[in-house]
Amino acid sequence: MEFAFASAIGVLTAAGVYLLLRSRSFDVILGLTLLSYATNLLIFSSGRLVTGKPPVLRPGVDPILANFTDPLPQALVLTAIVISFAMTAVILVLAMRGRSDNRVDHVDGNEPKDRDR
Amino acid sequence: MSAHLPVLPIILPLVIGALMLLLEKQGILVQRVLAWTGMAGLLLLSVALVAEADSGRITAYLIGDWPARLGITLVVDRLAALMVMTTTLLAIACLLHAGTGWDRRAPHFHALFQLQLMGLNGAFLTGDLFNLFVFFEVLLAASYGLLLSGGRGGRMRVGFHYVAFNIAASTLFLIALGLIYGLLGTLNMAELALRVADVSAEDQRLVQSVAGLLLVVFCSKGAILPLYLWLPATYGRAQPAVAALFVIMTKVGLYSVLRVFALMFGVSAGELAGFAWQWLLPAGIATLLLASLGTLAAVRLRIQAGYLVLASAGTLVIGFALNRAETIGAALYYLANSVFAVAAMFLIVELVRQNRVTDRMNVQLPMTDRAIAGSLYLIAAISVIGLPPLAGFIGKLTLLAGTPEGWIGWTYGTILLASFLMLVALTRAGSKLFWQVAPDLDEADRPAPRKRRGRRRELSAIMLLLGYGVAMTIFAAPVMRYTLAAGEQLVTPQNYIQVVRGQVPDLREP
Repeated sequence: MEFAFASAIGVLTAAGVYLLLRSRSFDVILGLTLLSYATNLLIFSSGRLVTGKPPVLRPGVDPILANFTDPLPQALVLTAIVISFAMTAVILVLAMRGRSDNRVDHVDGNEPKDRDR
Repeated sequence: MSAHLPVLPIILPLVIGALMLLLEKQGILVQRVLAWTGMAGLLLLSVALVAEADSGRITAYLIGDWPARLGITLVVDRLAALMVMTTTLLAIACLLHAGTGWDRRAPHFHALFQLQLMGLNGAFLTGDLFNLFVFFEVLLAASYGLLLSGGRGGRMRVGFHYVAFNIAASTLFLIALGLIYGLLGTLNMAELALRVADVSAEDQRLVQSVAGLLLVVFCSKGAILPLYLWLPATYGRAQPAVAALFVIMTKVGLYSVLRVFALMFGVSAGELAGFAWQWLLPAGIATLLLASLGTLAAVRLRIQAGYLVLASAGTLVIGFALNRAETIGAALYYLANSVFAVAAMFLIVELVRQNRVTDRMNVQLPMTDRAIAGSLYLIAAISVIGLPPLAGFIGKLTLLAGTPEGWIGWTYGTILLASFLMLVALTRAGSKLFWQVAPDLDEADRPAPRKRRGRRRELSAIMLLLGYGVAMTIFAAPVMRYTLAAGEQLVTPQNYIQVVRGQVPDLREP
């Protein structure tokens, strides 16, 4: 499970970085989104991957970490998801406004002179 | 009341900002009254914070009443109180300037302004790394709004760079946080400082790389060498009061560097002690040199002001990275002064633009009221460059005097050379703008001078900012004593760690 999980994070990050470095604002936004997915998975895994264990204490079960999963990363990741979601909305609006103001989707607001780049 | 003092500078702007959103339909006057009420409250609170911190006591406040290693803590020490005070004083001047009509042009200006203050105060007061991230996001989200609202094409373009860059940096911050939690099992800074010390040998490298990630994040927020390219254009495009307020935002990054690396990788960190400083010192030196070259190269006054922000960041990083109580103290003194002086510079840019149509230096234009604008520019320039007699000089002098033996050549050379370059650049800009003035048009041709309302208030905002600098010069001894004591507190973090860990919840059973 760890291998699959780590590979998923790695692939998402690689794709995100690649898209982030492209020159269209739409690609950049997709890249940022993928990066934030990868980050959320990473934070989620920082409490160690366990299956079938609850994050809240239950009566009758010994309150040690072996019986439960760490609840803190889940709280952290919830915050991170909300924030990155909001930021994606902001930058989307910004890209659309920039597109209509500058008439291009290029991140610099104008097409480079050399067309075939 | 006094028991809850540390949390009030965060709650007050939040409540005021929320109220403003509700009362927005009531018109601008209601919002201004609310904004000033909030500002007055914030001023009282920050005076109380400084008074409390000045006794040398460190106060920890447990939000939610969980013990520090589990829950979120706020900590007030001299550094935090100083930063909150600086923010409040700066914000008063910005609000004064914005109140002349700039706040009508941008929807939700006052609400965003209050939320920005909330984010800034929160970032300075928190003692928890994840909470620091959250407050970073709060202040960045508000800054996106302040920068972009009411803007068009050009501002959208730099805005996109700014937002994309900051989101990417925040993502890196989150990655670092995830790794830290996975490695060390806590995100409280004081607790981390202890756990970093006894990290096992095989995790040493991982902790180092996490610390490096954090350093990159803070440097990108604080605009240190390779990560500053977004700054001059972005700040130059923002409306003046907002640009002036943004001057403190880069200082948040530098503050975080100082707080996190002095605490977590301070004397108690064993092999990792002093991790950041070896990287930061060369970075600071290079930033300062390139920024002073940037001031020489700038064709517009507002771009030049952007590079002045960078130059002050470079100087501060040098002071922090030398990592002695004297240099940190001197750098903190310089920080407050340079925030006020550079913010004043951004407001002067606007004054020049109004009196002279544009702030481009390569064209000769007639200029009205150049005596006033010129004198204000002169005072701001003296303060920024660090010429005697103003506070910038005292800050730099103390910084140089405190430099340890091995670094004297580099530090003296860089700071003095950079100051000289800035002196040349600002003198040239001043003489181009205020002396080489094209002859005025004939009386008949000249368009009737526009009567603008609020001009006196704009001037008074600039004078207020410059007045802070002058006050810091006159009261240099007590202010310097305070900042030196803050430096002392930072190089001996044991007390901070003890206080935070020793704070017991009031109601909750541990």
